[in-house]
Amino acid sequence: MSVSHRVGSDHQLARLLQIGIVLEEVVEARAHHHYQSLDPADLDPEIEALLADAAEESATHRERLEALIADLDAESIPFEDIETLVEAQYAQTKPEDFDGVLYDQLCNEETAYKFYDDLVSAIEASDARFTVDRERLLDTLRAIREEEAEGVEEVTKVMETRE
Amino acid sequence: MNTADQYLKAIYLIQDVEDGPASTGALADMLDVSPASANEMIGKLEDRGLADHEKYKGVRLTEEGIVRARDALQTYCIIERFLANVLDVEEFQDEARELEAVIDDTVAERLDTIIDRNPNCPDCFDAEADACRELEIECEKPAD
Repeated sequence: MSVSHRVGSDHQLARLLQIGIVLEEVVEARAHHHYQSLDPADLDPEIEALLADAAEESATHRERLEALIADLDAESIPFEDIETLVEAQYAQTKPEDFDGVLYDQLCNEETAYKFYDDLVSAIEASDARFTVDRERLLDTLRAIREEEAEGVEEVTKVMETRE
Repeated sequence: MNTADQYLKAIYLIQDVEDGPASTGALADMLDVSPASANEMIGKLEDRGLADHEKYKGVRLTEEGIVRARDALQTYCIIERFLANVLDVEEFQDEARELEAVIDDTVAERLDTIIDRNPNCPDCFDAEADACRELEIECEKPAD
């Protein structure tokens, strides 16, 4: 057990980036399945566009995280298996209504923001040398964090207009 | 998980194993910090009404401290299960210890949605093995 809030090795960094990828996968699957499960009569183009953008953004984030992991001296994990697992899990869940979908999406964006914010802080607090360029690593994670913050703002706006 | 929650969880686990208060030394050992650092945090936890410290005996969690410690233990259990079951990490205990400080409970809640956790969690946690009882741990076979 450690009270250190630092990231100290390639291995630890790769593991955290892998967690980021799974988180993005969860966010995307959740948004997709929840939307699909709604009554077609209730579908709303604004929400549809919002969730489509979120899914696209998640896919881009995953690719950027994967590119970082590829340059680290660490073992990879079978992402196809994870995709299948996440898909299977979300095929069984249903939100109650539209507001449920939006609220869930807000939680998704907030959680992702918190994850990247903690990760950036932990890397900043560390003086470890990673195989991947430190500036590139931090630039990428800060950019993703910024996009998650914008995501929170977008969902909040849509929620406000529906009130 | 923040530092205070890591301390609360450690005190909770030591109290469970010892069936009594957690000594500063045992706490410092478990968290790999100096006894001075442990004492400093114990003072903060006391100020917040989360723990009671009795000189020469050790520290005990208050009811509020126990609630927070159990929440922290649940988050830790999620991290262990996620590493073992989703990412197939063999040394999930070591890695969970490394990662717990960087994984927030809201993040753990999201990870929790893709693992099958025991409804009794965190009572499923074995303090001595430092792992959830539901997870299979490979033990070294004793020599003949």
